[in-house]
Amino acid sequence: MDKRYSNVANRIAVLLAAFLATTGAYASGDVEMESAGNDVDNIQSLQRGARNFMNYCAGCHSARYVRYNTIARDLELSDDQVANNLMFNAEKTFETIQASMPADDAKRWFGQPPPDMSLMARARGTDYIYNFLKSFYLDADSPTGVDNHVLAGTSMPHVLWRMQGYQKAVYREELVPGRDDGITRQVFDKLEPVTAGTMSEDDYDAFVRDTVNFLEYIAEPERSTRRKVGVWVIIFLSFFLVLAIMLKKQIWKDVS
Amino acid sequence: MAEVEAEVGVEKSGFLKWIDDRFPFTETMKAHATEYYASKNFNIWYVFGVLATVVLVIQLVSGIFLTMNYKPAAAEAFASVEYIMRDVEWGWLIRYMHSTGASFFFIIVYLHMFRGLLYGSYKKPRELIWIIGMMIFFVLFAEAFAGYLLPWGQMSYWGAQVIISLFGAIPGIGEALVEIIRGDYSISDITLNRFFALHVIVLPLSLIALVFVHIVALHHVGSNNPDGIEIKDHKGADGVPLDGVPFHPHHTSKDLVYIVGFLIIFTFVMFFAPDMGGYFLEHANFEPANMQATPEHIAPVWYFTPFYAILRAVPDKLWGAILMALSVLMPLFLPWLDRSRVRSIRYRGWIYKLALALFVVSFLTLGYLGMKPAESIYVLLARIFSVIYFGFFILMPYYTTIDKTKPVPDRVVYHG
Repeated sequence: MDKRYSNVANRIAVLLAAFLATTGAYASGDVEMESAGNDVDNIQSLQRGARNFMNYCAGCHSARYVRYNTIARDLELSDDQVANNLMFNAEKTFETIQASMPADDAKRWFGQPPPDMSLMARARGTDYIYNFLKSFYLDADSPTGVDNHVLAGTSMPHVLWRMQGYQKAVYREELVPGRDDGITRQVFDKLEPVTAGTMSEDDYDAFVRDTVNFLEYIAEPERSTRRKVGVWVIIFLSFFLVLAIMLKKQIWKDVS
Repeated sequence: MAEVEAEVGVEKSGFLKWIDDRFPFTETMKAHATEYYASKNFNIWYVFGVLATVVLVIQLVSGIFLTMNYKPAAAEAFASVEYIMRDVEWGWLIRYMHSTGASFFFIIVYLHMFRGLLYGSYKKPRELIWIIGMMIFFVLFAEAFAGYLLPWGQMSYWGAQVIISLFGAIPGIGEALVEIIRGDYSISDITLNRFFALHVIVLPLSLIALVFVHIVALHHVGSNNPDGIEIKDHKGADGVPLDGVPFHPHHTSKDLVYIVGFLIIFTFVMFFAPDMGGYFLEHANFEPANMQATPEHIAPVWYFTPFYAILRAVPDKLWGAILMALSVLMPLFLPWLDRSRVRSIRYRGWIYKLALALFVVSFLTLGYLGMKPAESIYVLLARIFSVIYFGFFILMPYYTTIDKTKPVPDRVVYHG
């Protein structure tokens, strides 16, 4: 083929490829994400997630739109069970989840207060949080001793280090694309365990998955109601549709 | 209708007579429903007008209940939306109804406008119906834009920031104008309050008034049809168009089928996918507005993106804003740009069909590009499709003149 034309064909191919690339639903930069694989209809997983969240997250992170008694209702727990097992800094079950750490101190210690978790799963997606919680790695330059591959420069320490153990980032050498002078650069390859945690890798994944599951639930507690009501509404409307079609046929039967 | 007043001998009950002596109830019902005749061969494209009215009602009713619980204050707005979602009885339903309704309003209005392009509904004598319709479209834009600020999420805040700052590109008065719109030096509590006032009073009132006038004008000249011919040209001895059927009960019963069908789709989205994968409710808008942190990628809601893509396709801010405004305004001139002898696409030649297809492709592609970051390849594509978009309108007087049309039948095509 004529070189000029093959150039044009190449360009069209590039254009098409760019055009067909699907829109990323969440802004996630260019980090590859593993699927969280959580199931928000799994009540036991949500109960474990609630336990994890209240024990490991709620010290610093609030969930200021979420009430304890809503959790009790949806997670099939009694108010007493919630009060005795999940409420560490609240008096009444109608209260919302507040962080134990005072916001002023948080700002002083971390530069900014840890974000509220009520809607994090809807804002960033469950995959994002799942991968974030699995991607802490040792970084001697960071004040917390760790950095995060999903959110570089995070001020959050590796709270779950006891369970997961510590990881380090492994880089590989790669030729700089578009140059032919043999200059290489370091590219992130993978995270590798350095010290063992109290949990196996699978157990830690399950622990994080339950926690993320709970975060998805608190982002929209009415989700299950919405789906239940929706089924009945669609059934009703389908029935109504049949009646409407019969009415229309009756009225139009003489039109020719 | 003159016939209505001349009618005698109809037995009226006492109460109806009492009303009719004081208010033209029976007369109005006849003129606009039972004796308003529209073509019997309407296809599915003719349902989007009534569906737009249905969505308008959904938005008005759900809006009233939202207003009862929403707090138009920068410090409280975001939390009050979550209060509606979590603590207000059925609040989540009302909120999803309103947010799903906003997107469906645009889907339906775009399809309604496309019907006009298919069947030449804007052509003489329906120019004013079209222009009033375009005014409804502009007000709807403003209404959606003002409404989008109210949840006070990150995208509410930064989307408004970007669009309002466009007025700053106007030479001389730009900066002052931006301050007048915002009421402040940045988007703030004051902006939120005035947008709330516009969203719940000024703009919906204008919408209702314009929709009323739109329908009055329509009923004055009569509806077009897929064949683009006047059913009034062939009337029976009783003065009724031979190809017409009364709006009520014929078209209303047909519309009811479509309304219920539409509601099934609408409620399916509302109950099972209210975010629509981030297109109806953008993910970033679940984070409260933070004027210290710009989101890495600001994209308006999908219904604005075709025009947003045109804005970004132009390297100069002022010209970008001008072209964006022009792209929204262009359809206004259709009644005079289109020189074809026929209305309906059924009897037009291949040139118009090709032009319309290219226009649809460019509109959809621009919509897609408006959601992508403004990087080299997307900007290049946006430029190409912007040219096609404007070409559709600017070249129309030429290609509709040379396009070979087919003979138009006398009576509408109807297969029962």
